[in-house]
Amino acid sequence: MKRLLGFYIFSFITLVLPILFPDNYYVTVVGLTVLINISLAVSLNLLMGYAGQISLGHAAFFGLGAYSSAIFTIKYGFNPWTAIFFGLLIVFLLSYILSRPILKLKGHYLAMATLGLGIIVHIFFVQADEITGGPDGISGLPTLSIFGFPIDTDLKWYFIFAIFMLITVLLSLNIADSRAGRALSAVHGSEIAAQMMGIDTAKVKSHIFVFSALIACIAGSLFAHQQNFVSPESFSFFFSIELVTMVVLGGLGSTFGAVVGAFILSILPELLIVFEDFEVLIFGAILMTIMIFLPDGLFVAIKNKIAFLAFKRSQKEVANATS
Amino acid sequence: MRFNKFLVLFSIISFMMFLGSGSSFAKKPLKIGSFLAVTGPASFLGDPELKTLQMYIEEINAKGGVDGHKIEFVHYDTKGKAKEAKNFVNRLIKKDRVDVIIGGTTSGNTLAVIDIVQRAKVPFISLAGSIKIVEPVKKWVFKTPHTDKMAAQKIFEDMKKRGITKIALITGNGGFDKSGRAQCLALAPKYGIKIVADEQYNNSDTDMTTQLTKIRATDAQAILNFGFGKAPAIVVKNAKQLGINLPIYESHGVASKKFIELAGDAANGVRLPAAALIVADQLPDTDPQKKVLLDYKKKFEAKYGPVSTFGGHAYDALFIVVNAVKRAGVIDRAKIRDEIEKTKGFVGTGGVFNMSPTDHLGLGLDAFKMIEIQNGKWKLLY
Repeated sequence: MKRLLGFYIFSFITLVLPILFPDNYYVTVVGLTVLINISLAVSLNLLMGYAGQISLGHAAFFGLGAYSSAIFTIKYGFNPWTAIFFGLLIVFLLSYILSRPILKLKGHYLAMATLGLGIIVHIFFVQADEITGGPDGISGLPTLSIFGFPIDTDLKWYFIFAIFMLITVLLSLNIADSRAGRALSAVHGSEIAAQMMGIDTAKVKSHIFVFSALIACIAGSLFAHQQNFVSPESFSFFFSIELVTMVVLGGLGSTFGAVVGAFILSILPELLIVFEDFEVLIFGAILMTIMIFLPDGLFVAIKNKIAFLAFKRSQKEVANATS
Repeated sequence: MRFNKFLVLFSIISFMMFLGSGSSFAKKPLKIGSFLAVTGPASFLGDPELKTLQMYIEEINAKGGVDGHKIEFVHYDTKGKAKEAKNFVNRLIKKDRVDVIIGGTTSGNTLAVIDIVQRAKVPFISLAGSIKIVEPVKKWVFKTPHTDKMAAQKIFEDMKKRGITKIALITGNGGFDKSGRAQCLALAPKYGIKIVADEQYNNSDTDMTTQLTKIRATDAQAILNFGFGKAPAIVVKNAKQLGINLPIYESHGVASKKFIELAGDAANGVRLPAAALIVADQLPDTDPQKKVLLDYKKKFEAKYGPVSTFGGHAYDALFIVVNAVKRAGVIDRAKIRDEIEKTKGFVGTGGVFNMSPTDHLGLGLDAFKMIEIQNGKWKLLY
């Protein structure tokens, strides 16, 4: 109970918000973007934060999920759920085949390889216009339905996204506290040391790469059905960078860090819009300030600070008791 | 003491009620929302559009609004990104709760938001070119700019007149280019025109000699370049450098002074279909559009500098809405939509608009003028 206390509180807030404010723009419209970004950031954090493998191509898997849903439902008339399944299959094969050679690379080379992957997929979306509709994208996706109940309002989508996001967070928290999670931390610390301890580092890395790609793929499918529309520029290189920023801003290696980072980065532009032309400047300044003063990331820094204060207090108590 | 407090409270409340009642004397405002690509690669389209809207809304409000309804204008800059466009349209509908939306500078931005406005049932006038926006007809979606299909038709008609039957097509990789290319390929056979070369470039390319050399090797009688931005200027320049003396046709996407500046001498002899705005002073006095065009041109140039046809699309959209509201008499989304659809004989900068339930653009092919560039100036042909 104690281990997942934070998760329970978080789920409670997420699920109660729309009940309290069902018609609030920030909850049911902006909230959807926030939820999907949290799922993506958390999935990227598995790879970047836990395993220490940078990826600048996460938006590619998100986009593949979205496009396979769009293409299979519209061009081939598949049921949306079957389309999601096929999307997962494609992403699974692609990420599995790519994971081994790509993850052999380290540091800047890994960053470049994943960057390349992201750009290639993006070019495919733009150029293969017979399949993907080119720069204009594909519109008119059918809406999802669960047991015959269509998901057709923002509020219903909120709950779908929220449940998906909470599952992602729960999985991520459980992985961190499992054998696999400890293996990932070991790989993060030192690959050679991890191998010495008997961890199959290549396998561990490739598993987490595939897993994180699959989460992004489902997020993409849900996103496509909610938006009824896909276009290449939602899945561009810049979105990958945004995701990396979310993870780093909240705090690498912490699930709730990714949650906080995604939340801030999705909600800030909406709040700053009143500044119009200065929006981007202020946005940049806020990010810079956080990174300069809290280089570990917002969430991690605050958590450490609280832990430190608590530790000092307990020290004092110990000192008082002994004296 | 206690009594005094009540007195103060009472007077404050009554004062506020007075203020409140004062403002309720004015009629309900007409809220117009807009999302344009004012910055980013399509800024040369979005910037004059925004300026036009702001200028005329200010003028209308200064004159007391539309039948007493002041216009409230909410605008967001999409930077040309479809994703931003979606977010902003959601915001316009769900947060700002606007009555009408004018915007969507590029076809990509417009196509991205069609589903949202259709579901929310908000009248939306798009300022983008693609034929896909109004074909098939969508109940709540209208547009004012000429379509790429019309441009292709106009060009092919002119080619037919000159006896050209074999052409080389060269297009870029943007949304506008791709949509234009598709229209050209589909329409050419109807005009008995054969496309002997179909070359493509990246809009960011700085040299198109490779594609043009291939075209030179074919028996094409003319080159048709469908594109916008700086790429068409490079095509025209490269063709001249390679000594290709074929007639060159451009799309309405290059109908701005910038193209002539960039292409220099090479621009001479290039033909293109465009809205009448750029040749307003050459129109005969009997043309109903002449007065509207010169008026708009004068006002815009007095305030901001050289006029472009793209700002004109915003002018048309705004006044179609204003007239529709006047006819409807109330601020009601559904009634405004119905009245927009009934727009008849409205003389705008793009042509004379006659909308109907099956035509949400309302422009005929005559709205396009065929223009040739001569000595660095636009020359109206017909």
